[in-house]
This record gives sequence, structure tokens and C-alpha cells, in this order.
Amino acid sequence: MNAQTINPQSLNSQSLPVTTTRQTTSSDRLFLAGGPGFAQHRQVFGPLPSLSSAQLIDELRASGLAGRGGSGFPAWRKLAALDPAARGRSVIIANGAEGEPMSAKDATLLARAPHLVIDGLLLAAASLGSGDLYLYCSGTALDAARRALDEREDARRIQLREAPETFISGEASAVVRSIEKGVALPRDHRKRLTEAGLGGRPTLVHNVETLAQVALVARYGAHWFRSQGVDDESGTRLLTVRAPGNELRVIEVPGGITIDDALRRARVDPASLSAVLVGGYHGGWVPAQAFGTPLTRDRLAPFGASPGAGIVMGLAKGSCPIQVSAQIASYLAGQSARQCGPCVNGLPKMAETLSRLAGSHSAGGPLPATLAQEVRRLAHIVTGRGSCHHPDGTAQLVLSTLSTFASDVDAHLAGHCEEARA
Amino acid sequence: MTEKSLHIDWIACDGRGLCTELLSELLERDEWGYPRALGYGSDVPVPRQLQDAARDAVALCPRLALTLS
Amino acid sequence: MSEALWALGRGTGVISLILITVSVVLGILTRSGRPAFGMPRFAVTLVHRNASLLGSVFVLVHVVSLFFDPYAELRLVDFFVPFLGTAKPIWLGLGTVSLDLLVALIVTALLRRFIGHRVFRAVHWFSYAMWPIALAHSLGDGTDAGTVWFLTLAGLCTAAVLGSVGWRASRVFVEFRGTRGAEEPA
Repeated sequence: MNAQTINPQSLNSQSLPVTTTRQTTSSDRLFLAGGPGFAQHRQVFGPLPSLSSAQLIDELRASGLAGRGGSGFPAWRKLAALDPAARGRSVIIANGAEGEPMSAKDATLLARAPHLVIDGLLLAAASLGSGDLYLYCSGTALDAARRALDEREDARRIQLREAPETFISGEASAVVRSIEKGVALPRDHRKRLTEAGLGGRPTLVHNVETLAQVALVARYGAHWFRSQGVDDESGTRLLTVRAPGNELRVIEVPGGITIDDALRRARVDPASLSAVLVGGYHGGWVPAQAFGTPLTRDRLAPFGASPGAGIVMGLAKGSCPIQVSAQIASYLAGQSARQCGPCVNGLPKMAETLSRLAGSHSAGGPLPATLAQEVRRLAHIVTGRGSCHHPDGTAQLVLSTLSTFASDVDAHLAGHCEEARA
Repeated sequence: MTEKSLHIDWIACDGRGLCTELLSELLERDEWGYPRALGYGSDVPVPRQLQDAARDAVALCPRLALTLS
Repeated sequence: MSEALWALGRGTGVISLILITVSVVLGILTRSGRPAFGMPRFAVTLVHRNASLLGSVFVLVHVVSLFFDPYAELRLVDFFVPFLGTAKPIWLGLGTVSLDLLVALIVTALLRRFIGHRVFRAVHWFSYAMWPIALAHSLGDGTDAGTVWFLTLAGLCTAAVLGSVGWRASRVFVEFRGTRGAEEPA
């Protein structure tokens, strides 16, 4: 069996060389300055424009910019959600924590174009009249971020905070608690962060790429932004593309391109893969015969996936998809913050049951046909029953595994693996 | 009286089972004892006739894990 | 008149001890998450709360009646500051300590929603101190302490609390203990 084993730790962003497409292509926007320096940035993008909150919100709304942190929430909505009377007390946090081991785009963005992120943060703050500003990122991006902040006078007020290397460190309420108390654990979500976040103040948590895009929309407008991408996936977005035997690449692509196109742009041969995991560990599997699917919310939904944080992870032909999924599910179970009962208890049991299913051919005999139903039952039990979306996302991955690889699941129940045998 | 929703704070919840007794029409216990409303996650709509029971559940929850709003 | 006050003070003291014992035992039951004595869980909690409140009322009558009883020689300060009493200062002082603890327990329990679960729980641990101190006070200060019926009652109360505490400390205490994984304390 040519098993592709996944060790999430070894796949962490700092341990792999990141290659980004160097030559400028037509879809290059974020990396247009060609380097992280402030002088280059200024030369290419010019000074910060000045927009009122209404102008910025309208422009963002017209641009269709969706959050790039994973949930895909329209960027303008968070800004508009702030009570205008409370704007002066508000806090904005640029979230560059990539707890997702498959993602490297935020660290890459901070290393190569940190000033667009800073611009976005300052623009949002200026239009809303916000008080405290934070840049929160993992250790790998910290130096680049500090260097960039030190380079400019107007960034003095931005406070830099390090995110711990845990999967959930980037969850919005965990971000707030990490800055507040030094522990990156999610909190109950009855009150929105935009009402009461950091220290009880209205708080906006935006992904760093979202803010970089905000800086572009503010400068060039919604119409320009929409000149790339498709209607429901406007502008460009960063993708982290990983495939066995290929270098990890972070590429900027127009929104809504097909999976096939994305793989080729990252110089991965689509024919070498049996499926891709789109959206990262909380995402869903798309099989090779559906590589023509565009990376948009609607078209990915049938696979339980979404463009999310822009992760495309390839599964090599000959690797057992159930086994890979079971390893991911086990890793995710271990990454529970251990705060909510259904997550603490349900995730390990779900991962364990999926692992039993995956290990069928080594276990020898056929498995009870109810095993797949049991996995599905556990996925439904944990869904929606946590303070953050960790159980939901993990269940989504598991359910997507069962549906995308349905025939292989049946094969496993019968005691063999379709893919590994092929 | 308008439509009310019962919010479960999962971090506070310890699955002690009082709410599932008081709101047995609404909540069941999962295999670890935590409350579960079929089809809902953290926010469970409460029909009018169960609102008093829901208020009792909020008041009696030993972990202050419930809010009705 | 003072005879009546004395009798009232004694009687309410004994009833307080019984109710506080019931409250402690049911409090431990509440924590286990199990139904008991044919009552569902929410009823156990309700009876625990009501026994505590009722016990507090009896304690209040107990101290107020003895305050007006000239034999007891109680001053206002003895309600709040222990060991200043003129008669049996140590035993009276224990009563003061348990009264103060009881007030703290009741107030934090009533304000639970405002002070949060953490503070409530921290203060509530003092129940385990309050009960033996109250018992000691009843044995040392009580007029009936030497009688067989009171010693029998005190023995029963002690057995009930010690039994509950022993169960509390055992492995089988919390419901679903066997099927649950470890959760970080909230």
C-alpha cells in the first residue's frame, strides 16, 4: 500500500519551504510591490486614501469582498455591525494566526506584503475612529510584522501580539481572549464580539488578507476589485496549495477559478491526485472527476467544502482517503480546547470510529455495516454544540469523507481499500 | 410574549441534567449527559407553553449555563 | 418572657442544625448530578436551596431570640466578631463564625447570577467548614448538648454528612464519570 501518511506537525508552515510565484501575472495584486519594504510599497500603492466610514462600508459592500479567514463573512458587514455611537471605543484586530496546519498564506502575506495589511488596519481604524489596534500573528510571521511596523510612523499605535501554535488560536473569540488574558481559548458566543469583545469593548477581528484587500478596495474601488474573479467570488484570493511530492505554494488567483486551474497554477499535476481537500481541515473533499468545480461557495457546497481560508490539499493517487481523513480527524480531536462537553467527548469518539473504519484492511475481517452510520451519528451529535465551530468543522470533514468516498467506505466495510489497491 | 430562545453556554455546561428533566419535550441527553435539542445547536427555540419550564431551567442550572432571550 | 425566648433560642438552634445538615447532604447530591430519594435532579436542587433558606431563617430567629434573652448576654458585636462573648466565648465564637459563613454562603448563592459561577463556587466550598463549626457550637454551647436525644441527633447528622463527603470523594460520585473525557475546569 502506498500510504500517504499525514503528520500535521511536520506539515506545519514553518517546516516547509514556501514557494510563491515570482513572475508578475495579471492576477497579481497583493504582491505587486515586489517586496516587504515600505518604500517599495509606497512607490507602488501610493499614500493611504481617506474614506469616511460610510464610504468605506459602501465600497466594500459593492466590492463583494468576503472574509479570507475561513468563514467567508462579507467584510463590510462586520464594520456595519458596530454601533456608530460605540465606534470611538472600538478595537480592531488584524488576525494573522494560522492555526490551520495546511495554511501558509497569512504568514506569506505578512512576509511579502505586510504594509497592505497595515494599510487595511489603519484605514478601517481611521474611518471608524477606532482606538486600539492589534496585529496578532503566529511566531513565524512575527519578525516580518515587527520589521514592517517599525518602518512607519503611522503604525506606532498598532500593538503586535503573538498567537500560540494551536489549531483554534485564530478563532475570533480565542484571538480576543489571547490578547486579553494570554490564553487563546474560545468563549461563549451569546454576545457578539462587535458588541462586547476585548475588555468589553466593541471589537472587529479581521483576517490579515481581508485587511490587505480592504486597502486595495479603498484605493482602487469596488469596480476595479470586481475586474478579477466572478460575481459571487470577487477579486483575487490567496491559496495555499499542497500536494505530495510538490513544493508548498502560496499563489494569488482570481476568485472562482476551477480546482484544476488552481492546481496547475501551483504547478501540481492534477492527474497525480485522486482528490483534494478544499478549505483545510475543516473543509471537504472534492474527487478528481470534479476538479472542474470552481472555487466558489455555491459550487463547493455539495462537497461540504467552501473556499474558506484558501487551502487546497492534494491527495496522491494510491493513498487511502479514509485513512488520511481519520488521521486529520484524530489530530483535530486532539486540538479541542477541552472546554465543551460534546467536543471533548464526541470528537475523539468520532475520530476513533473513523480510524476503525479506515483500518479495516489491516484488521482483516469485514466490519459491521453500522460503523459508517455510527460515524455519521457522532458527526451529527457534535455539530453546533460547542462555543466555537471546531466540532462543526471537524464533523464537516468527516461527513464529506463519508459522502465523497462513499464507495470506498463500502469497500472498507467489506475489508479492503479501493484506492490503495488501485 | 414573543418567541424565546434558550442559549446553552457549552463552556459552562457540565451536563448535570436538570434542564433535560424540566424541558424533556425540548431537550434530550446525549450519551455523555449533555443536553441536546434535535435539529438545534446552542440556541433552541422555546415554544410558548414551555417558557415557564425554560425559566425554571435557567434559574436552577447549577452551572449558570443557560440564558433565555 | 425570657423563658420563652430561651426555649425559642434552643429549639430554633436544634432545627437549624437539622436543616443545615439536610442542606449540606442535598448540596453534595446536587453536585453529583444524580436524582435521589425518588426526587428528580431539579427537585434535589430545589430542596437543597429551600432547606438552606429555611435553615437561615431558623438561624436568624435563633440569634435574635437569644439576643433579647438576658441570660444569653449577647451583644450586637457577637453576631459579627467571634470570640468576644462574655459567656463561653469559644463556643459562642464558633456560632458567630458559622453564622458569618452562612451569611456569605447565602448572599453569594442569591447573587450567583451577578457574581458568576467561579466566585460562587469558591465561597460555596466554605460549606464544608461551616457545618462542623456549627455542630461544634451546638455541642459546646447548647443547653441540651448533654442529653441523649441531642447526642443521638448530632450523631445522625454527623453520619449523614460524613457519609455524603465520603461518597463525594469517591470515584463513582459524578454521573457519567465513566463515559466522559477530561474537560478543563471552566
